[in-house]
Amino acid sequence: MELLERFAAGDPEAFETLFRGHQKQVYAWIGRIVRDSGIAEDLTVETFWRIYRSRARFDPAGNFGAWAYRIGTNVALDHLRRSRRETELPENLAADSKPDPAVRRETREHIHQAFSQLPARYRLVATLALIEEEPYEKIADAAGIPVSLVKIRVFRAVRMLRKKLTSMGLELGARR
Amino acid sequence: MNQQNGMELRKLLKQTITPMTPTELQRDLWPEMLKRLDRPESVRVPWFDWALAALLSAALLLFPGVIPALLYHL
Repeated sequence: MELLERFAAGDPEAFETLFRGHQKQVYAWIGRIVRDSGIAEDLTVETFWRIYRSRARFDPAGNFGAWAYRIGTNVALDHLRRSRRETELPENLAADSKPDPAVRRETREHIHQAFSQLPARYRLVATLALIEEEPYEKIADAAGIPVSLVKIRVFRAVRMLRKKLTSMGLELGARR
Repeated sequence: MNQQNGMELRKLLKQTITPMTPTELQRDLWPEMLKRLDRPESVRVPWFDWALAALLSAALLLFPGVIPALLYHL
């Protein structure tokens, strides 16, 4: 019996093998979305918990990695929905990445604030497409939506950000 | 003009929130997974059930006369 067939049949050893084989990729993908390593670890475990619970619905002829990415994306999206009102972008973002010093601190704060207030599904695609520069096709596969919808959400996210920044008094074109 | 602003905003966003540096998973998460598998699943009540319960409570508060009839049918 193949590994995926054994997993779908509920074999714990097959699940462990798949877990060990895919945990790094799932963790890295979720990390790009939530931008916090500790949260990404927790959500990776939650992702595989959902995978284990749904094993009977998995088609052994299918692609386990793509399935895991999709479930991981949903778990991360749930997290963004829950945390939207509670948090700004995580603090360790500044440690993980260095913003351009040419952009004024006030401008950066406004952008962080506006970005963190985007609805979760827009924040998800905006993070992956505009910041992480992931291909639209990959985002669409992971989110389980058509590429055209990814493009629409990116477009709308940019429009929402622009409106928000304008309401904060940040004029694009006369910035920095 | 809007398109130009859109491009500028994308550029500004990229300068402000730079991509995550690829981080390696620092530890094996399998022990955490085993703990999660051992934990009993919490029972989640769907929102519809909560709404139904609230509706019933409200009905009983507004029309207490139906309580004996309800008890009779139970």
